[in-house]
Amino acid sequence: MFTAVLYCISLSFLAFSFFKDKKKTKEALAKCWKSFENILPPFAGVLALIGLVLTVLTPDLISKIIGAKTGFLGMFITSIIGAITLVPGFVAFPLAASLLQKGAGVMQIAVFISTLMMVGLVTMPLEVSYFGKKTTILRNLLSYIFSFIVAFIIGMVVS
Amino acid sequence: MKFLKRYVLFIFIVILDVIILLTNKELGINIFLNTSKNFLDMLEVIPPIFLLLGLLDVWVPRETIIKYLGENSGITGIVLSIFLGAAAAGPLYGAFPIAGVMIKKGARFSNILIFLGAWSTLKIPMFLFEMSSLGYKFAVTRWIVDVVGIIIIAMLIDRLVNNEEKEKIFKKHTA
Repeated sequence: MFTAVLYCISLSFLAFSFFKDKKKTKEALAKCWKSFENILPPFAGVLALIGLVLTVLTPDLISKIIGAKTGFLGMFITSIIGAITLVPGFVAFPLAASLLQKGAGVMQIAVFISTLMMVGLVTMPLEVSYFGKKTTILRNLLSYIFSFIVAFIIGMVVS
Repeated sequence: MKFLKRYVLFIFIVILDVIILLTNKELGINIFLNTSKNFLDMLEVIPPIFLLLGLLDVWVPRETIIKYLGENSGITGIVLSIFLGAAAAGPLYGAFPIAGVMIKKGARFSNILIFLGAWSTLKIPMFLFEMSSLGYKFAVTRWIVDVVGIIIIAMLIDRLVNNEEKEKIFKKHTA
């Protein structure tokens, strides 16, 4: 659905652009190809890495680890899993909801959700190619620490 | 040789996959299936995004971006960055190429970071889904704390990364 809308928007922009200025449109297409070609190597690597990691770490395995532990250690474990894996929100939220029902702590789940969204160890090579090492490491590190703050606040509000 | 160097991560992972395939056939096959699915998913979403980026690059003048997201854009720049990120969909790596064009067009460094933060945590479609699965208290609290958090994180990184390093990042996208 989202993809269809995206195609409609970009293709109509392309048609509009072509209608207004053919030379500029050609230029845009050349730029489009060049930026894709530039990013393909780290992108292919990251996609392969995600395929490997997500197959080995199944939601089943993840849920076992989170369900068994509590306290700060549990939070630490969930935060590490969240930081490595890149589960889309549409998978992560139902998973988190079912874990909560099974008795997992709110803070453990909150830190999991937050690191899942903000910290991406497997996408780091890609991020470095855009923003350099320092910014990438700082962003991921600060987001990791911040995830614990978010979790504590959510824990206080919800429970 | 240059080709090998560029694709070093990809080649390394594929070799790892093959080793797993040889030792554990079922797991190996699943890895290959999931990996090819990832590539197909990407091939579906990536062409329109890059097409939009190419058009954006050619049609939107640098002055416009500087005016609304540049050094002196102030609160407008912050609010606009949050809005742009929150209105998006898709995984965080989809935001990187867009951020790249923003850097090239003269957006302020801290606004780029706010955009990335908003994209990763504040997406509206995901927020609605989160409310229904984890409850409004959880979702609303997270959203509010995250707005404050991503701005603070962006300001912090903006301070910690010096001008020389910012210049380097800028050059990556203009070369």
